[in-house]
Amino acid sequence: MTIVEFFQTLLTASFFAAILRAATPMVFAALGGLISELAGVINVALEGMMLIAAFFGVVGSTWAASVWPEASPLFFALVGAAAGLGAAMLLALVLAVFYLEFDANLIIAGVGINILAAGLTVFLLFSISGDKGSSAGLTSFALPTLPLRLLQDIPVIGGLFAGANGNGHHVLVYAALLAIGLVWVFLHKTRLGLRLRAVGENPDACRTVGVPVKRIQYVAILLSGFLAGLGGIYLSMGYLTLFQANMTAGRGFLALAAIFLGARSVFGTAGAAAFFGLASVFAAQLGLLDVPTAVVFSVAPLVTILALLAFAWRRQRRTRAQVAAELITLNARRKDTPDAQA
Amino acid sequence: MQNEIVLAVDGLGKTYPNGTEAVKGVSFDLRRGEIHAIVGENGAGKSTVMKMLYGLEQPTTGRIAVAGQQVRLTTPQDAIDLHIGLVHQHMMLLESLSVAENIALGAEPVRGPFLDRAKMNREVAEVAATYGMNIDPAATVARLAVGQKQRIEILKVLYKGARILLLDEPTAVLTPQETRDLFKAIRGLTELGMTVVFITHKLVEVKEVADRVTVMRDGQVTGRVEPRDVTVAKIAEMMVGRPLSHKPAERRSPDLPASVTARDLTLIGLDGRVRLNRVSFDIRPGEILGVAGVEGNGQAALGQVLTGLLEPAEGAARIGGTVFTGRGVAAARALGIAAIPEDRIHDGIVTDMSIEENFVAAEYRNPRFSRRGIRDRNAVNAATREMIAAFGVKTTSEQTPIGALSGGNMQKVVLGREFTTQPRFLIAAQPTRGVDIGAAEGLRQQLVDLRDAGTAVLLISADLEETIALSDRIIVLFKGQIVAHFRAEEADENVLGLYMLGAERKAGANGCIDQQPEHAHV
Repeated sequence: MTIVEFFQTLLTASFFAAILRAATPMVFAALGGLISELAGVINVALEGMMLIAAFFGVVGSTWAASVWPEASPLFFALVGAAAGLGAAMLLALVLAVFYLEFDANLIIAGVGINILAAGLTVFLLFSISGDKGSSAGLTSFALPTLPLRLLQDIPVIGGLFAGANGNGHHVLVYAALLAIGLVWVFLHKTRLGLRLRAVGENPDACRTVGVPVKRIQYVAILLSGFLAGLGGIYLSMGYLTLFQANMTAGRGFLALAAIFLGARSVFGTAGAAAFFGLASVFAAQLGLLDVPTAVVFSVAPLVTILALLAFAWRRQRRTRAQVAAELITLNARRKDTPDAQA
Repeated sequence: MQNEIVLAVDGLGKTYPNGTEAVKGVSFDLRRGEIHAIVGENGAGKSTVMKMLYGLEQPTTGRIAVAGQQVRLTTPQDAIDLHIGLVHQHMMLLESLSVAENIALGAEPVRGPFLDRAKMNREVAEVAATYGMNIDPAATVARLAVGQKQRIEILKVLYKGARILLLDEPTAVLTPQETRDLFKAIRGLTELGMTVVFITHKLVEVKEVADRVTVMRDGQVTGRVEPRDVTVAKIAEMMVGRPLSHKPAERRSPDLPASVTARDLTLIGLDGRVRLNRVSFDIRPGEILGVAGVEGNGQAALGQVLTGLLEPAEGAARIGGTVFTGRGVAAARALGIAAIPEDRIHDGIVTDMSIEENFVAAEYRNPRFSRRGIRDRNAVNAATREMIAAFGVKTTSEQTPIGALSGGNMQKVVLGREFTTQPRFLIAAQPTRGVDIGAAEGLRQQLVDLRDAGTAVLLISADLEETIALSDRIIVLFKGQIVAHFRAEEADENVLGLYMLGAERKAGANGCIDQQPEHAHV
């Protein structure tokens, strides 16, 4: 592959589809993390919740196929998805109970959940399939791609809906796009959303007006588990069609970074998650060139660090510029009012 | 109907699980349309009574009856349902949300799961109009002035249908003008048949506005009076349990050259806001310069710049000719600067550490207390004991974690620590905030003694009475600028208030001694 060909691949519909595919799990997880962050509960266990969902999605679909052999593959996949989401929300519930009932430290509880999820999935995978690396030995079922013919027929932009091979995008890719809008509406247009943001800003103020702070934080943590779970099942039932040990590979942590890179806003967070998706696709494309693998693997983390640095640097520079500008206007005003010199 | 009893409390008591008896057998009643003041020192149990009336705490003994019916209030919602509303001492507002969202929170109008913003704004505007308060429902709370925020706190409880309003120290952060507006609004409410209970320790206000007064001390009611029948001094005596001397400190403005000279101190915040604008002042040795101003007008910034926490963008302050600003805290302290921080829990002490460790925190490098980096426990211990005795800190041991002390005793340790360094310049921010009257009296005397020993003192206090009583000269800060300079004996709360609110300003005012302080026009 030549450099020219390389850049040509960057401009195709399939490249766009690849970005969507890479971004989808992080968009879900980041939106989930954003909801709990805004409720005043930082969720560092997004990674573990995604991982456990990915695992139970696969195992659930395999199990369904063995219990109801005559049902359709879609049914198996749906049972798997439900199992994966359920598992993620169960982990979220564990985090919520530890934090809200036992007053545990959020970071430590979250890290504990991540370690638990990593160990438990490998242990169960080995117990079930005899393989510690992947679920390749199990017959599992993925969720389908969804062709949207009407949209695909629109000239010029229709290609964006074509997906990788003209059959449209994975159903969860659409769901992720939809989730961005839904989460925004939830946070800004509903009563629960207002209360959730209020709880995150000042729980005492909420308590005194009768807003049930703890209950709202439960809801926020469970919602973040649900969304992280969607990201997780996408990984094993869409992005790939099997489970691999540690297949989240840090996406949960990138999602956490996306929240802050996106300045805790819905669209900023989703944009940052999409940006991380772009970086990983770019890295994958580099792999096709004659570039050492070590470089390829370091692209995504490097981009992340550079993005966060740029963000911080820009904010600092803006602040300094503002300070300097204020000082100038201040001194100019003093000259205009000579009596202030007295 | 004037004498209809809307709420009665009978033999109310509260004992905490740790055995502390906060409230012991308190009884009083509230009549429709009255303003009822509950006064008492910190720790007298006033706030606990309020919390019980609002369902935040459960009484261990006694009864509460609303409109003749005995009730149990287990959550704030129970109280709200009975038309009782509490306005907290500290503002309980969500700064990033709108006025209407703050007011409606907890009882938001909805259509299905969605907020009905239009209806919310309309309802809030209606309630505000009904009670004669002028606000913009769509404004963001962060942009409002303190007085307006207080209005929102009151509207919050009115919106939820409160007929009995409990106000916990509502005037603590207000200027005299804002306080007067507040009282006018409260009076308007009672004319509409509401009942207002307000907690305060500012007795002049009680005299001014209350119909009846219940005085509390040590968890008990020690007096029930109608303010028109008694003097302020009499109420104070009921509160403290002994007569109080309310003599202002003897003024001195020694005819010495200034030891502290600040020139053109300018600070711009990280958000680009001007926090200090060319602040200049002098302080002589043995002189107290008071800083008056509504909170958030640069007092905190001034303290932070002078203690070395923040570097001024322009200007500098000198002590004995040496610049001490912008060089860090250690450098400033080495030059004899000491500070009593505004927020003692956050900035003044380490709550989990012992009194002794907190005491030595300012001077652990002093050869007196450490040799080659090793702390001399005996020397520290002896000095701590000395300080505990000199400042009358009530504690069982110098090893007690400082967090276990009362606010007044914590502050004594902070003062003791700073005074032990024998500072040439002391920045005292809110030295008696949250300290009961008895202890505050002692702390003020300590400040005056330090001044008499020749220390220059900058007193930053939200309590105007205190500022006027202790200071020799007073500067007023408004939006980071000095807008007036008074000799303390010529200062008057009302005049200061006008400058604090920005209603008046003297062009080019500063706090230097070559500029003769303005005479206050009353």
